[in-house]
Amino acid sequence: MNDKPRRRSERRPAPVLVTLGGLGLLIFVVPLLGLLARIPWTRLPELLSGEVVTDALRLSLVTSLAATSIAAMLGVPLAWLLARADFPGRAIVRGLVTLPLVLPPVVGGAALLFALGRRGVVGEPLNQATGLVLPFSTLGVVVATTFVAMPFLVITVEGALRNLDQRYEGAAATLGAGRWTVLRRVTLPMIAPSLVAGLVLTWARALGEFGATITFAGNLQGRTQTLPLAVFVALESDRDTAVAVSLVMVVVSLVVLVALRDRWWKAL
Amino acid sequence: MNRLVFGKLVTLAFFPIGVAGCIGTTSTEVLVSAAASLSDAFGDLESAFETANPGFDVVVNLGSSSSLREQILEGAPVDVFASANTSNMDQVWAGGETAGEPATFALNLLQIAVPAGNPAGITGLRDFANEELLIGLCAEEVPCGDFGRQALANAGVTAAIDTNEPDVRALLTKIEAGELDAGITYVTDVLSAGGAVAGVVIPDDVNVVAAYPIVTLTSAPNPDGAAAFVAFVLSEPGQAILASYGFTSP
Repeated sequence: MNDKPRRRSERRPAPVLVTLGGLGLLIFVVPLLGLLARIPWTRLPELLSGEVVTDALRLSLVTSLAATSIAAMLGVPLAWLLARADFPGRAIVRGLVTLPLVLPPVVGGAALLFALGRRGVVGEPLNQATGLVLPFSTLGVVVATTFVAMPFLVITVEGALRNLDQRYEGAAATLGAGRWTVLRRVTLPMIAPSLVAGLVLTWARALGEFGATITFAGNLQGRTQTLPLAVFVALESDRDTAVAVSLVMVVVSLVVLVALRDRWWKAL
Repeated sequence: MNRLVFGKLVTLAFFPIGVAGCIGTTSTEVLVSAAASLSDAFGDLESAFETANPGFDVVVNLGSSSSLREQILEGAPVDVFASANTSNMDQVWAGGETAGEPATFALNLLQIAVPAGNPAGITGLRDFANEELLIGLCAEEVPCGDFGRQALANAGVTAAIDTNEPDVRALLTKIEAGELDAGITYVTDVLSAGGAVAGVVIPDDVNVVAAYPIVTLTSAPNPDGAAAFVAFVLSEPGQAILASYGFTSP
């Protein structure tokens, strides 16, 4: 867009930077090469059409999309509150929201189990009132996945709302637009790139979720065994399948992240 | 770069960071990869061995026998492998990684584990067919899952399974929390959980005896330490420690 002519020195970075940066890149690339070296290319179609894999793929798609939808419904209002509302303890609330980003997912899964399990602080009354049992159910996978993935949406949207020039919304309001109209016609269109970036990142994270899911929801083919769980279990018995499924996950994630590149940078 | 190097790099990527971080810091370190069901007993064996041999520092790397096997076959620098079944040991042996003959150092039996107080009133393996109950097993790929399925087959029960846990400790955690009504673990696991878990006996005629083999590995960075630790596990004091956790001597 803004192509200023650059001096030569800017185009050619210092050798030490290139060396260190290259080493940094290797950390990401080498494991992928290891994976590629192990892929049984000729058997791929057969490995990927097995029942375990197709069940896991279907479950992963359903649960990751459900988690993304919940994140959109609850995460956008939360981001709004964090960005616009002034309330005591906001720093703490923001810390709580971003906690799943740094917490080991297994810890999150254990916490969910103790909170929402049949014997959990919230889960027990919930179970007595409604008969609902979240662990070992597909709904449990959605809950665990939402817990881990929603922060990506909240921080992305919150950042966008903060950077938004509020005078546009103010102008719309002065011209007689109601709150809902301002939101629909001014705010949302302006943060749309960030919203999309946040949604896609949330979905990608949800698709890759492992630790919280296996700890909270268990592992059963067709009910709670998502792609990452299928990879984990297959690694111990059927490595070719594990590697084939890993390849699918790497390709999907890479395509999403590369396609998102421009928006991602702008949004953050 | 050849295939082997790739394989090693990949393994190291998945190898527990705590263990990998220790590699190369001291030549007296003995890295022991032990099945998850051995965790408490090997913690005790570790401290007893270190007291008797102050020159050595034992580091125990716990996991399901099958994932430990994978790490070893991919070239992880492990000194000793203690497996919860013979088939994983056989594969390590077939991969040419064992230095010498594996020795059976402990036997273990299966038991039904239920939450304290047995709220679902489990009386035996027959209850595992009840769709209403939340039933967990270890995944088929790990020894406790394999043995558990054998016991169920011996009893002629088709289990209504709600989860296949990645290792026996993960299964036990969910039973302890009361989230599962019953699962099949080892006698030793029920014992180690103390009051949080109760055991329901599986009759001898359908029960399965798990034999634990141990071996030093060809790629051991510390062969002397490896041999000393294996000898200690097989010695009388070592066997006494294992017995205190519910294992029986072979």
